[in-house]
Amino acid sequence: MHKSLLIDPQKCTSCLQCEMACSFEHEGAFNPAKSRIKVFEFEHGARAIPYTCTQCDEAWCMHACPVEAITLDAATGAKVVHEETCVGCKVCTIACPFGTVNYNADTGKVVKCDLCGGDPQCAEACPTGAITYVDASWTGYERMRSWAERLDAGA
Amino acid sequence: MSWQRRILRVNLSEGRAQVEALNMEWARDFLGERGLATKYLMENMDPSADPLGPDNVLIFATGPLSGTMASTSGRYAVVTKGPLTGAIACSNSGGKFGAELKFAGYDLLLLEGRAQRPVYLHVVDDLVEILPADEIWGASVWDTDAWLKQRHQNPQLKVAAVGVAGERGVKFACVVNDLHRAAGRSGVGAVMGSKNLKAIAVHGSVGVKVDDPKRFMQAVKETKAVLWDNAGRAELERVGTNAMIDVMQEFGGLPTRNFREVQFEGVENINPSAMSARKANGHTNLLTNKACFGCTIACGRIAHIDKEHFTVVNRREYWHASGGLEYETAYAFGPVVGVDDLDALTFAGYMMNEHGMDPISFGVTLAAAMELYEMGVITKEDTDGIALNFGSAEALAVMAEKTGKHEGFGQVLGLGSKRLCEKYGHPELFMGVKGQEFAGYDSRALQGMGLGYATSNRGACHLKHDMFAEDMEDQTGQGKAKPCKDSQDRVAAVDSTGLCLFTTGAWGLEEFAAQLDAACEGEWTAERLTMVGERVWNLERQFNLAAGLTRADDTLPRRLLETPAPSGTGKGRVNELDVMLPEYYEARGWTPDGEPTTQTLQRLGLVSL
Repeated sequence: MHKSLLIDPQKCTSCLQCEMACSFEHEGAFNPAKSRIKVFEFEHGARAIPYTCTQCDEAWCMHACPVEAITLDAATGAKVVHEETCVGCKVCTIACPFGTVNYNADTGKVVKCDLCGGDPQCAEACPTGAITYVDASWTGYERMRSWAERLDAGA
Repeated sequence: MSWQRRILRVNLSEGRAQVEALNMEWARDFLGERGLATKYLMENMDPSADPLGPDNVLIFATGPLSGTMASTSGRYAVVTKGPLTGAIACSNSGGKFGAELKFAGYDLLLLEGRAQRPVYLHVVDDLVEILPADEIWGASVWDTDAWLKQRHQNPQLKVAAVGVAGERGVKFACVVNDLHRAAGRSGVGAVMGSKNLKAIAVHGSVGVKVDDPKRFMQAVKETKAVLWDNAGRAELERVGTNAMIDVMQEFGGLPTRNFREVQFEGVENINPSAMSARKANGHTNLLTNKACFGCTIACGRIAHIDKEHFTVVNRREYWHASGGLEYETAYAFGPVVGVDDLDALTFAGYMMNEHGMDPISFGVTLAAAMELYEMGVITKEDTDGIALNFGSAEALAVMAEKTGKHEGFGQVLGLGSKRLCEKYGHPELFMGVKGQEFAGYDSRALQGMGLGYATSNRGACHLKHDMFAEDMEDQTGQGKAKPCKDSQDRVAAVDSTGLCLFTTGAWGLEEFAAQLDAACEGEWTAERLTMVGERVWNLERQFNLAAGLTRADDTLPRRLLETPAPSGTGKGRVNELDVMLPEYYEARGWTPDGEPTTQTLQRLGLVSL
């Protein structure tokens, strides 16, 4: 069973614990500037939306890479950048329609979400459940349930 | 580690910025944020300097836990000599700016001198630029924020700025960061404006490392669990700090109409229930809650104003959401001025954030002006034709904007309550201490709060001690001195960590020590933190004594000392400061004149001045 990150912006308070956890996992320092997940605020923070790679099945970044530095992690479904192979050409950053692959000028390589090998630290760190790691086939389950609950309440 | 071990010193007169090594001896003794900045202030300026002159020093300081995974790690402090009080000013703020300064590689930013022309500071890691601010001089905080992000093509910049109020020397101007968080009190924004410094825009990618990552993450996990499970935390998330307005109303500690009364008949129109209530046209004031950086409490309120409300009708620029009412803003725009129009209160809050002013000082100053108006001392001729009656939502909204823009009678309100009351010959109507206005707690019902107000080093303040539990339990002044002193030291320690005081509903100093000990070099215990707190408090006191303050400044207005509370739990009581203050000095190890004894200074490792 593959799992996916499920993001529920309604629950996000914009605390950035996810960005800190992500950077700590990958960089060994608390450094949101190097986070692979970013939280965006709109209208003075009335809405906050975490955004990161959704691990496309037909991943444009993976197909565009000329040196096959991005490969599929069969266990998690993540598309993973291999730093030793990446030449920093940035073609993947153009190919990705969502902007979730980015170049790190310090290393000369690109970075993207790798689902932390199946234990995504952003989901682990999120205090409100705005980011969870769930069965990829049932990302809509909770939302369905909450609407079903409304029907139940109205019945 | 956990400290970046670097400070950024910027001399605005000379247009020069330089990086210095953090004095680690001071870091060990004063920790960070409030404490460390106080030490740096003391060592870098003459306490008798003019607060709005070039010889004042303005410090932005993070703490060792700022920018770490610890909950509420977004705090930073602004420390300087305050223009409202002539005493040391220490205002802290949340949002994201403080952590960003740390991520750029600095523990502390020290600003000295005065720029010849308006400038702003642009910091991206090692890049430090002092750039012309002519295009944004006169702009609001919100426009300044947007302009800087566009000018540098960097939406990730975090901005701390002053509005027109700070530029024009409004005595209670604040520094606003991230649009609606503020280093709010004591006029630190006026100091920034006096230096011709419009804004500080920072982006950092250096990051923060801790001493023992594994142990730190374990400590963070455990302390976060304690915080998360705390009922008070859940209440702050659900209701926000304005939950206090119902508590104070019932208790009879809610200052109303410039402290003539202590309960307000309009509370139900401005309390959390009112904020969440849906009006007939579908409008609700409250939209959502919001966290500061790294915070797992999320007490912040995001609200919006009904488009049909008189304050914003045909003013589309205020139809968006922004920071909503917290307890102190609800009090300062509500009971103390007698107004219960929720959207007018929210609009006044927008004005404070947009133009950079302390809502508490503004509200209490307006309250004094209203009392003078009702006494007939000032008239419509003084107030630009606006009737300043208690309860007037129009007066609140119009004067909030005028004060922010430094127009008309707003210029007089911008003096603060003490100077305004003196100007009109009624100094007794000033409700505050050392020139700074009271927060929303009446110290006839809350005796220990009164002692805390009277002895706070930055003037009247509810956040420099913690006497709620004692005061709610016992309405007399008996035995309040020692707990007040102890809580002041505890708060001073917490304020020096880089974390938020609101964690202390769930955490004792042990929880702070556990996180600090894993994050920082050296051994950190609750006892050592207590010592740091007491050291910080005494150093602040030394600054004030050197600035010319005396025992006579540790007092309360006659209204609280001589006029009994008219209702509530404290009915018939006055504040018993005359009993508490000598006990307090003794508990502190100070002379009867309120000066630390040589023995006390030696015990704390401080030297006499």
